[in-house]
Amino acid sequence: VVQTPSMFTPASTPAFAIRELALIVFGITGVIFFVVAGLIVYALMRFRRRRGDDGREPPQVYGSRQIELAWTVVPILIVVVLFLVTARYIFAIERRPQLPEALEVTIVGHQWWWEIRYPKLGIVTANELHVPVSDPAHPTPTFITLQSADVIHSFWIPQLAGKMDVIPNKTNRIWIDPQKPGGYVGQCAEYCGLQHAGMLLIVAVQSREDFAKWAAQQQAPSRNDAEVRAGRELFSSLSCINCHAVRGTTANGVFGPDLTHLMSRWTIGAGVIQNTPENIRSWVDDPASLKPGALMPAMKLSRDDLDKVTAYLLALR
Amino acid sequence: MSVLADTMASRRGAGARRSWPAVLHEWVVTVDHKRLGVMYVVSGLAFLVVAGLEASAMRLQLAWSGLHVVPPGTFNQLFTMHGTTMVFLVGIPIVFGFGNYLVPLMIGARDLAFPRLNAFGFWMFLFGGLLLHFSFLGGEGLYGGGAAPAIGWFAYAPLTERAFTPGNATDYWNLALLVAGVGTIATAVNMVTTIATMRGPGMTLGRMPIFVWEILTISALTLIILPPLTAAQIMLLLDRFLGAHFFDTQAGASALMWQHFFWFFGHPEVYILMLPGFGFASEIIPVFSRKVLFGYPMLVAASAGIGLVGMGTWAHHMFVVGMGSTLNAAFAASTMLVAVPTGVKIFNWLGTMYGGKIRFGTPMLFCCAFLFQFLCAGLTGIMLAVAPFDWQLSDSYFVVAHFHFVLIGALLFTIFAAIYYWFPKVTGRMLSERLGRWHFWLFVIGFNVTFLTMHVPGMLGMPRRIYTYAADRGWEIWNLVVTLGLPLQIAGILIFVINIVISLRRGAPAGADPWDAWTLEWATTSPPPVYNFDVVPVVLSRRPLWDLKHPDDPDGPHE
Repeated sequence: VVQTPSMFTPASTPAFAIRELALIVFGITGVIFFVVAGLIVYALMRFRRRRGDDGREPPQVYGSRQIELAWTVVPILIVVVLFLVTARYIFAIERRPQLPEALEVTIVGHQWWWEIRYPKLGIVTANELHVPVSDPAHPTPTFITLQSADVIHSFWIPQLAGKMDVIPNKTNRIWIDPQKPGGYVGQCAEYCGLQHAGMLLIVAVQSREDFAKWAAQQQAPSRNDAEVRAGRELFSSLSCINCHAVRGTTANGVFGPDLTHLMSRWTIGAGVIQNTPENIRSWVDDPASLKPGALMPAMKLSRDDLDKVTAYLLALR
Repeated sequence: MSVLADTMASRRGAGARRSWPAVLHEWVVTVDHKRLGVMYVVSGLAFLVVAGLEASAMRLQLAWSGLHVVPPGTFNQLFTMHGTTMVFLVGIPIVFGFGNYLVPLMIGARDLAFPRLNAFGFWMFLFGGLLLHFSFLGGEGLYGGGAAPAIGWFAYAPLTERAFTPGNATDYWNLALLVAGVGTIATAVNMVTTIATMRGPGMTLGRMPIFVWEILTISALTLIILPPLTAAQIMLLLDRFLGAHFFDTQAGASALMWQHFFWFFGHPEVYILMLPGFGFASEIIPVFSRKVLFGYPMLVAASAGIGLVGMGTWAHHMFVVGMGSTLNAAFAASTMLVAVPTGVKIFNWLGTMYGGKIRFGTPMLFCCAFLFQFLCAGLTGIMLAVAPFDWQLSDSYFVVAHFHFVLIGALLFTIFAAIYYWFPKVTGRMLSERLGRWHFWLFVIGFNVTFLTMHVPGMLGMPRRIYTYAADRGWEIWNLVVTLGLPLQIAGILIFVINIVISLRRGAPAGADPWDAWTLEWATTSPPPVYNFDVVPVVLSRRPLWDLKHPDDPDGPHE
């Protein structure tokens, strides 16, 4: 269920705070706009040259110290007020102390997908961040560590918080405390190369029970179904394992998304298409047909091998 | 340009038409500030058309979700080339072109201080621009990695490193801007020297037209902020060709260092473009209101203030890089502070119009629209200065809308005003007022349909620089409206071009002073002779021609 990621429908404290601040700023600038624009309109209407003008020049006024002082001091006062308000919100949002019960997540930006790690839970997944809902009375916020594997990306879920860049050789931190279960969509907000547009991130906010269930399922090792043995062996013999990891197998690559529980995700290709069996098959066949420029090469498998690998992947629930 | 060449040549050659090669030769070897000024503005307008076509292709691609007008790689090249062209090959040459043409005339000089350096600067700019556009053909290089650069006009590290952008396209961007930048620095040196040393008799600093003050301010600013960009570009060059690691994050470098270099140039650059726009408005609004500029000293101080404070605001482009709360607050404060001198300017223009007898000629129409649009641009600028608000708006379409209000709604509108105002001086013929009105209304409506609307998808979470978006995001209707403003603007520009072509041949003769204006350039013939003035006039006030026209009530005692 995707909704418009509007900053005016917030669901988490930082986003609520920013909306509040935005409305204050709209108020102040709105008043300035109507006053100044009104004065300009008045001057243009009142002092336009009339029909039958005598052609004489109007009285020349060179300046006025009092008036000029007034229209310098008033903006200075507005700026001072605005700055104090701004500083208050900056510190309130950025300097929030971390609670012991907060969930720790590390998100690593890649060209063009998100690696998501829960270091304390031992979970590695991609492109879909699951977090528990935070009750304002007993907040369980999520603190996110942002890192990049290649170029600069930017983490932005407008309904949950403002954006924060994801920069190589720099660790940034941001926090969210979503107060309503649901799906929140965002996408990379810093130009990061060819598929910058195809780098979406979905945040699934779940009740605590649902989140615990999800976490337990993610912690389980990969399934080892007998009927997809052929596919698993084929997968392990191909270059797939150089980039992808499937926990409990020889596949332990780190360049591409972890596939241990691939089928628990709604989308593939960082949110560009739905996770359906047909799409998985097309993706393995040629990722560029679904996401031009994706760094995974076309695997050039025979139809038969393609079916086997697809069957294996579909079993990774 | 050829038509213009003919017109000017025939004027001097007493009707004897010269051959094409002779005319071309004359323009290529010229060191005359007026011809170089015209060439700057004409090439800037030509690049404006190129950049406009690039923008049009992008707008068609984004008009609805999931369109396939241009492929993703091409889209990324388009916004890179559009941004780079608009800033470096449209904005800078046009404002410095006007400076070239007008500064000597306005201060009573016969040319700029270094005419040959001036020609050098122009040709460096032009060939830099051509080099950049040659990348469309030659950018593939040995590696076959795409044609035109696709790194954004800001060229953030480490995307510009060889690991992420192989091929030669990024090097075309880098070298072309290095070349053009050298030209700009040369011109800035020339302007500062000219204004400092070549003012005519009686033309004290305190009597210079505001436009000359603005050119002085931006030239000084250029000399301070452009060399850091040039230095950073040389570092990038070393990274890409000699394996240096200035911005190579894989070797431990800092990605943010480039951003600091770039925005220390990039933000004051906005003022370099915008201050001359204020200069145009400060020349045109008084003449069309028939009143002396209200509060001249404050207006000059405001320009210097914007220049000075403007050099301390660059990191507001970096509110989302994780600078820390203290720096975020400091740069929010410095950025808001710029609003004060900027507000003062708007009030001064208002004070000038107040009590006047306003004539709504085409130059004034463009100035009126400029006032409203610049007010909007300033207020959205305040929103972006509020750092937490910027955490949502940064890199969204809201920012795109904001700076198009600055660079199109304010700067381009004043440039149009300036062209309608000074065209008679340059060519000796008036532009058609009737076509001018069509140009104005089509463009002002088209502009606002596109760019007022563009604020909305930004607040709905649409990031910049994406070549497509999904259907269920709620952005489609807004993008469609944004694109619908396009044909109106294109029609406006077409009428503008037609107006120029027709008026060059058949425009009403202008005479020396068609607007009943007050600054020195209107004291000589239209077009001015090569040596500008038969006798360099003696200046006694800020409005030398007012003194001539009103000997009973000269300005001097009031200043």
